[in-house]
Amino acid sequence: MTVTLDPPVTTEAPQRDARDVVRRARQAPIRHRRRLVAGLVLAVVGAFAARVLLGDYTVTIPDFVRILGGEQIPGATYIVMESKLPRAVLSVLVGLAFGIGGAIFQTTLRNPLASPDIVGVSLGASAAAVSAIALAGWTGWSVSLAAVVGAVGVALAVRMVAGDHGGFRLVLAGIGLAAAMQSVIQYVFTRVDEWDVQLVLRWLTGSVNGVDWPTIGLLAVVLGALLPATAWAARSLEVTELGDDTARGLGLGRGRTDLLMLLGVLLVAVGVAAAGPVAFVAFLSGPIARALNGGRTTLLAAGLVGAVIVLAGDHAGAYAFADLNLPVGVVTGAFGAPFLLWLLARGPLNGHRGRRAA
Amino acid sequence: MTATATPLTAAATTARLEASALTLGYTDTAVVRDLDLQVPHGKVTVIVGANACGKSTLLRGLARLLRPRSGSVLLDGEAIHRLPTKQVARTLGLLPQNPIAPEGVTVTDLVGRGRHPHHGAFGRWTHEDEEAVAEALTLTDTLGLADRVVDELSGGQRQRVWIAMALAQGTDLLLLDEPTTYLDVAHQVEMLDLLAELNARRGTTIVMVLHDLNLSARYADHLVALHTGRIVAEGTPREVVTEDVVRTVFGLDNRVIEDPVSHTPLVIPVGRHGCRQAPPATKENR
Repeated sequence: MTVTLDPPVTTEAPQRDARDVVRRARQAPIRHRRRLVAGLVLAVVGAFAARVLLGDYTVTIPDFVRILGGEQIPGATYIVMESKLPRAVLSVLVGLAFGIGGAIFQTTLRNPLASPDIVGVSLGASAAAVSAIALAGWTGWSVSLAAVVGAVGVALAVRMVAGDHGGFRLVLAGIGLAAAMQSVIQYVFTRVDEWDVQLVLRWLTGSVNGVDWPTIGLLAVVLGALLPATAWAARSLEVTELGDDTARGLGLGRGRTDLLMLLGVLLVAVGVAAAGPVAFVAFLSGPIARALNGGRTTLLAAGLVGAVIVLAGDHAGAYAFADLNLPVGVVTGAFGAPFLLWLLARGPLNGHRGRRAA
Repeated sequence: MTATATPLTAAATTARLEASALTLGYTDTAVVRDLDLQVPHGKVTVIVGANACGKSTLLRGLARLLRPRSGSVLLDGEAIHRLPTKQVARTLGLLPQNPIAPEGVTVTDLVGRGRHPHHGAFGRWTHEDEEAVAEALTLTDTLGLADRVVDELSGGQRQRVWIAMALAQGTDLLLLDEPTTYLDVAHQVEMLDLLAELNARRGTTIVMVLHDLNLSARYADHLVALHTGRIVAEGTPREVVTEDVVRTVFGLDNRVIEDPVSHTPLVIPVGRHGCRQAPPATKENR
């Protein structure tokens, strides 16, 4: 073999220039993402303020501060502390949990349809939680635990049926299991004495209505542990995204990916335990955040988008229709369904943009 | 040389990567059978063979992507499947056949991901990482593309970027599965020139699967011909690329002449329609 060599180009000056180029090129997407996250934080704060202060009963900001300070303002204190504020806080928490959990699924499995609310993981958590509450009379921690068991159970079952393929087999197996879980939930309702429409809607499509502070506090504590762990584990995602072979060639063990998926399942499960399987939030947040981030994956932005969706959905459900107080899941479901159809019409089921390199 | 395996003598070159009695397979069928191979250190080794002869499987096995059914792959004398995968990734790089460029990812971002095996549990981006990426971009002549989105590049550019990612990994051994597929002939030559220069400049040991026999003969120091999961012939291109071997491996009637440019063997397929045009009248075929 003959090789013609160019004179080596590794002199000191060009090398330093090259490093500058690399530094600048590396910063650009990071800066874009930072601006996006800052913008989304503002959007969450705005939607949160609107949810708490506006509506049928407008609360002024000074009044709101006084209420938080413990002052009793007739009417206002009760509405804010027992209805508006808990709903808004819960919306943010479950939005974060579903948005991040969903984006983990979609990115790891490289398929926007493989989100936990489509492949049955959310409904699995819901079925287990509602069974625990209605049939066994559990409350608090144990309900979350049941939801986790249900979600992990469905996730493992889907994986067993679909094997290692993240494509249409996984989605089909998941849709099948989702239907099965839905029938479990409906069966549970036939076994309880009080037939309550709000309760049915909560565990079938999700609602942030009527949740007490201890449940919200519990969710906040659990997320406080899960989110940092997710941030740590998600660092492997930039390698996972390159495909199985490349990821393993770069020394990514199977365990890291499994750990991240488990965290995704847990995030969704604890969210469901508190608010039910709020329809399509996990499914919508990731692709929206991705589109806003120049196509690139970002879990944090997905979580923030989720929070905005739940806040806005709950707001719209409560006030958009006079005389009608729709749970948030009905609203997000109505928006999610067309999006799902659009996604199906637009691309193949097997992974998004799994383009050949060459 | 005849169409039987002539194992390279261990004395000639030391092998850091070797397969010993290696059997690989997917479900029931063994695709690679009882194979011994020593990858010559600091050389370019090319694996050739017909479709489905097990060459990609062998490469995946060498890269620890497939667990051996029996036998073993040794990296520096240790069974590669028992070594921590991240440690292996600091010595051995792999460019698979179908790497996936995530949507919207920039060239620098993608190449930087090659630094993954050098990062610890809480690894931060270091000065060293920056330097490795800068060097990889320079070597592959992709520095000008640094802030471009990979999706928008041409096939040849994209493939160079993938090579840059593998280079940023900073490994002494580089395994590539058909790095020239889907490239036109000019880009194929450009890609192989790049790899040959890497081998010459950095002493990187290269093992690749290639489709094109003639380019393989031109760029390989060591050529391995595979047929139904076994090595049929191995050695220098001049030793391996003979009419007999090509007939055995590809089942193709052929002539082998000398490549007028590189003076390596050049395979001319005969086929059933070898003469669509009337040959010029010469003494030989009159």
